[in-house]
Amino acid sequence: MPNKTFFWFFLPTGLAMILFIGLPIISTGIQSFYAQHDQVVKEVKKCDPFGCTVSIVVDQEKTSKIREEKPLGKFNGFGTYVDRNHLAIEEIGKFWNETNTFGEFVDQVTNLPFYKALIFTLTYCLFVTPNVLLLGFIIALSLNAVTRRIRGPLIFGTILPMIVTPLVGSLVLFWMIDAEGIIGANLQMLMDDPYLSLKSSKTLTWITIIIYGIWHHSPFAFVVFYAALQTVPQEPVEAAIIDGASRWQRVRHIVLPHIYPVVTFVALISLMDNFRVFEPIIGFSAEGSAQSLSWLIYDNLVNEEVILFGSAAATSMMTIVGIAILLAPVLIRTWKEFRTAR
Amino acid sequence: MRETNMKKILISLLFLLFGTSAYADCNIKSGSINILANDFPALRTFVETAKGCKGSADFKVTHSSEHNKIAVPALTANPSEFSARIAANSSIVPLMNQDLIRPLDDLVKKYGKGIQDSQLITIDGKIMAVAFMANTQHLYYREDVLKELGIAVPKTYEEVVAASEKIRASGKMQYPYAAAYKAGWNLAEEFVNMYIGHGGEFFKAGTAQPSINNAKGVATLNMLKKLAGLSNPDYLTHDSEAIKVEWESGNVALMTLWASRSGTLLDDDGDAKITAATKLTGPATVAGGNIPAATLWWDGFTLAKNRSDADAEATFRALAHAAANKKMVADAADQAVWLIEGFKPGPKSIGVIEAVKMKAKPYPMLPQMGLMHGALGSEIVEFLQGKESAEQALKDVEAAYMSKAKEQGFL
Repeated sequence: MPNKTFFWFFLPTGLAMILFIGLPIISTGIQSFYAQHDQVVKEVKKCDPFGCTVSIVVDQEKTSKIREEKPLGKFNGFGTYVDRNHLAIEEIGKFWNETNTFGEFVDQVTNLPFYKALIFTLTYCLFVTPNVLLLGFIIALSLNAVTRRIRGPLIFGTILPMIVTPLVGSLVLFWMIDAEGIIGANLQMLMDDPYLSLKSSKTLTWITIIIYGIWHHSPFAFVVFYAALQTVPQEPVEAAIIDGASRWQRVRHIVLPHIYPVVTFVALISLMDNFRVFEPIIGFSAEGSAQSLSWLIYDNLVNEEVILFGSAAATSMMTIVGIAILLAPVLIRTWKEFRTAR
Repeated sequence: MRETNMKKILISLLFLLFGTSAYADCNIKSGSINILANDFPALRTFVETAKGCKGSADFKVTHSSEHNKIAVPALTANPSEFSARIAANSSIVPLMNQDLIRPLDDLVKKYGKGIQDSQLITIDGKIMAVAFMANTQHLYYREDVLKELGIAVPKTYEEVVAASEKIRASGKMQYPYAAAYKAGWNLAEEFVNMYIGHGGEFFKAGTAQPSINNAKGVATLNMLKKLAGLSNPDYLTHDSEAIKVEWESGNVALMTLWASRSGTLLDDDGDAKITAATKLTGPATVAGGNIPAATLWWDGFTLAKNRSDADAEATFRALAHAAANKKMVADAADQAVWLIEGFKPGPKSIGVIEAVKMKAKPYPMLPQMGLMHGALGSEIVEFLQGKESAEQALKDVEAAYMSKAKEQGFL
């Protein structure tokens, strides 16, 4: 495509991207550098049906004056980024000096909200992404091998997990693993432990969420792989059969190299999706045991009666940076291949 | 022919729709009313009563259990999405902090006939809300189970623990106790109740500096953990609705739950045997204290600041009609502990009335309390799971709170 045609072709998408993605990110970035003005409080008398007390309220007259002058708030620089609820630079330094063993230090650090969430998010990515790729590929290979007549219904059944809304899917599983639910109660019987609860144990909650993630995301990998398998040329496959190559050797040396770019693509998308894991935590009511970066943002925005815009913005920016770091190796590799191909 | 038929149908439909609610017209000529409220039976009754008086004003209502998440953004807009918000002690605070609600003095003077002085919430001499019902968390017990095992109705949490252990030992129930311990707001609320029962203060006097990392805080956490050990192991995922279901399935014999839920527990739905044996009593005390480990709550209405005076007037007249309505109070005496004149407390109001008698404290109405509540909800979980010490958990709560309070400008 000539560059000019490409430009006009891309223009509407580009504009929409700037408007709906670029500008909000810039605005979030700016917000993350600001904190609320110092609250001016005053002592007043408060009366309600249960009696009167002297207590404090925010002095609206003085506060509104300050707010009008500087509506964005107080410039805080990277203050929010390094505070205890985010990168916690100061606290980590303190832990380093105060703890005796490395294990103790790690314990202290992983007790901080941001690192706790980061560890869960990374664990989730690390387990879900490769398994999704593997499972998707295996399903695609097997479906590609069954007779055409039953392939349609089978494909439909396979992509069902993707069609089911994530929240509904996780709720269904949530009820099944309840101590009174079909899986939960049977597990208690099997293990002969009436106190066994998938929801109260941190490890078991993590495993449940990861299994749910694999179940939910595999169909996407499957669909893309299945489409790619249709483009594998038949001649080399047939030649390999004549040469006596086993099924595994054919997959390893012909099919995989052919669909390799697609694997990269699915890996990229999966990584991005998994890094933003959020719905299963809400669906499983797993806030107690598993927090992700996206959940932290949600928590700052809605779980408090006071909305913490600065905190939420800072976590958002760090999530974007996190995704960029995760994707960097794959992106660099794609770029190199692109260069050599030219 | 067809057309006249259609007309007839339309007219009779209109009759059906409006005929019933036309009984109390307060002669409101214009304006538009839009109310945001939590979702439980008493509030639905209250808003319905207000609707009966809307006259020719436009009337809309949103009942949502997610009301806390909607309120501040919706009232910040100018004009605000809602003209009124049904709030409580805790949820009025963010509205006050952001200056989103208007003083009601003039309206009360003009249209507040029948509203009692005790219903008025005044802050710094200005009326900011009109309360109409009271709420608290108190004990529910299964009379049949306690009687069979010869257990007296518990008055303290120590007795609750002993009674639950006895029930468990008898083999009747595995998890005899329940309370809304869902990580987040619910769990934090349980901490607040228990800490107040221990006589604790959340902040150093006159400042926003936290002061929960003390012996009372540790005792509070230990009591919560003991109770959690007697609850269903999934307790960290159980909110009020979930424990209500547990109760109705007969898995629980002792429970701490909101008074406003008693209506649905004692209605005709579900197992009649369990319903008949469900009894209410006051909130429990703890650690030999004499005030209950519970907080008193009021529900009342506030009016949005960013809305025209005409809308505010129409909204106030409709809501004031409900907030001084003896007929509603008589008809719905079962649904809530109404603060309205003419209310005769029935058996379902025992919890709140006992709490008031025992001098329970109201939930602290402080500007920074929401941040403390939020920090508690996430940071004490690991203690309950046995992953960290009580001192460490309280230290974490204070640290998490301090960062948030700094960002919000309270420290």
